[in-house]
Amino acid sequence: MSDHEYTPKSKFGKWFNDRLPLLTLANHLTDYPTPKNLNYWWTFGGILTFCLITQIVTGLVLAMHYIAHADMAFDSVEHIMRDVNYGWLIRYIHANGASMFFLAVYIHIFRSLFYGSYKAPREIIWIIGIIIYLLMMAAAFLGYVLPWGQMSFWGATVITNLFSAIPLVGEGIVTWLWGGYSVDNPTLTRFFTLHYLIPFLILGLVVLHIWALHVPGNNNPVGIDVKKPSKDTVPFHPYIVIKDGFALLMFMIVFAFFVFYTPNILGHADNYIEANPLVTPAHIVPEWYLLPFYAILRSVPDKLLGVVAMLSAILILAALPWLDTSKIRSAVFRPLYKQFYWILVADVLILGYVGAMPAEGLYLLVARVATAYYFLHFLVILPVLGWKEKTLPIPLSITEPILGGSPNLATAKNKESLNN
Amino acid sequence: MAEKETKRRDFLFTATYAVGAVGAAAVVWPMIDQMNPDASVKALASTEVDVSALNPGKTITVLWRGKPVFIRRRTQSEIAEARSVKLEELKHPEKDEDRAKNPEWLVMLGVCTHLGCVPLDQKGEYNGWFCPCHGSHYDISGRIRKGPAPTNMEIPKYEFVNANTIKIG
Repeated sequence: MSDHEYTPKSKFGKWFNDRLPLLTLANHLTDYPTPKNLNYWWTFGGILTFCLITQIVTGLVLAMHYIAHADMAFDSVEHIMRDVNYGWLIRYIHANGASMFFLAVYIHIFRSLFYGSYKAPREIIWIIGIIIYLLMMAAAFLGYVLPWGQMSFWGATVITNLFSAIPLVGEGIVTWLWGGYSVDNPTLTRFFTLHYLIPFLILGLVVLHIWALHVPGNNNPVGIDVKKPSKDTVPFHPYIVIKDGFALLMFMIVFAFFVFYTPNILGHADNYIEANPLVTPAHIVPEWYLLPFYAILRSVPDKLLGVVAMLSAILILAALPWLDTSKIRSAVFRPLYKQFYWILVADVLILGYVGAMPAEGLYLLVARVATAYYFLHFLVILPVLGWKEKTLPIPLSITEPILGGSPNLATAKNKESLNN
Repeated sequence: MAEKETKRRDFLFTATYAVGAVGAAAVVWPMIDQMNPDASVKALASTEVDVSALNPGKTITVLWRGKPVFIRRRTQSEIAEARSVKLEELKHPEKDEDRAKNPEWLVMLGVCTHLGCVPLDQKGEYNGWFCPCHGSHYDISGRIRKGPAPTNMEIPKYEFVNANTIKIG
């Protein structure tokens, strides 16, 4: 938070601000002191906001033409693609936008893992983030059902059937979710309603996420607390706004590449076949961003335990601030953690790869090892590492290593004063 | 305030909370129950199928309550195979006699009990069905033999209306 009190210059501004302090909020957001060493990995918060707005705007437009009915949904999507002015563009932006959203969120999450952004005092920001991530997965799944293609239908069948693993009440819950005895029209209409609702829940949580962020301020690549405002910070505007804007442009190039050159590469051809409850596609795979969890589900030979393992793999992240016992945030000063971090990245990528492959033979073996390692990382390696690891000395300020490269505070201070 | 005395006001608070909770539950329940199968879905609860054209060794798939139902007219060797399996070998022990009252006719939900895919006919390691989604193998009685599915494929309620017609549901 800005320490100084803000008073609008104009008389009207002052009158308005006394009644609704929106201008104080705007001033806080522009002046918000930001660590000056933030690198490009920190630009994904802004990129994600862009993704959310894009999905909401394109989704709103699609909903004007889409018909949520089992007999008409598939045709209405083709109607959007062929008849509606720029319908193809809007739908491709929305469909690829989901993938771009997940691409950005994974980078955002792994940035947090590398620089220890989830640690005190930022646990609440992190947990809100995990809830947003869960809601994103729900929205993505529900949205994928709406075109009512073969993958829509069978994806919906498989995912809703996960609930049947719950002892005693499982079957009842599945029937309740379906509104019938199989995935059918009642399922489609409620999925559409929820798909429309969730982005606004996410929007509300994003406000809380940013609010919680603005209490302690941003973490930074060095991972130390910075005094705000100080020589270690710059105002959010224009410094971070320009940097975020540039990164966003780069991101939009990638986005546009998918939309204009390979709009279907991230989807499945089977989803251009209308849903048929009598025929299951030969190979059901979820969208790429859910593959690691799908691999975990399939690596456990028991139905209930498979579901439990998959959910635990996500929920374990919420406990991360307490599982990681190290007081040092940034992996830059944690030589061992840095190596385990990259092993985890590789592990998740491997899980994603085997999740796309048939669950048999070597793939199944690899999936099992990778699943075991995933849990090992969070439940054993992280807690133990916090006690055992010999960390490198952390600098006293962000400015210090830049000015002197010397751990000596006096030298750094001296140089800093010379620069003034 | 060391000892808390029960006063008339405490009673009023408790009574108010209780009535409020009952009221909230009464409002919430319709909101939850509206998602359960409605009257029009329940009305489609039974289907009649003409099986006169079905030859031994063939399976037809019909839709019942939105789900596929396999009707297989089994050959003598298939019946013998299904009935010769020892119960100890089964993950979900069920006698074939209990699954197919009339041994020639196997009527079952064509839904894999793992996550609800439709298994493929005459595939897999047990000459029965094979689910392509996560690799469950079923035998010629629709019993789970290998893979992640926990139970045998379900037998719906059905009856022969006459020699050529099966009524499911």
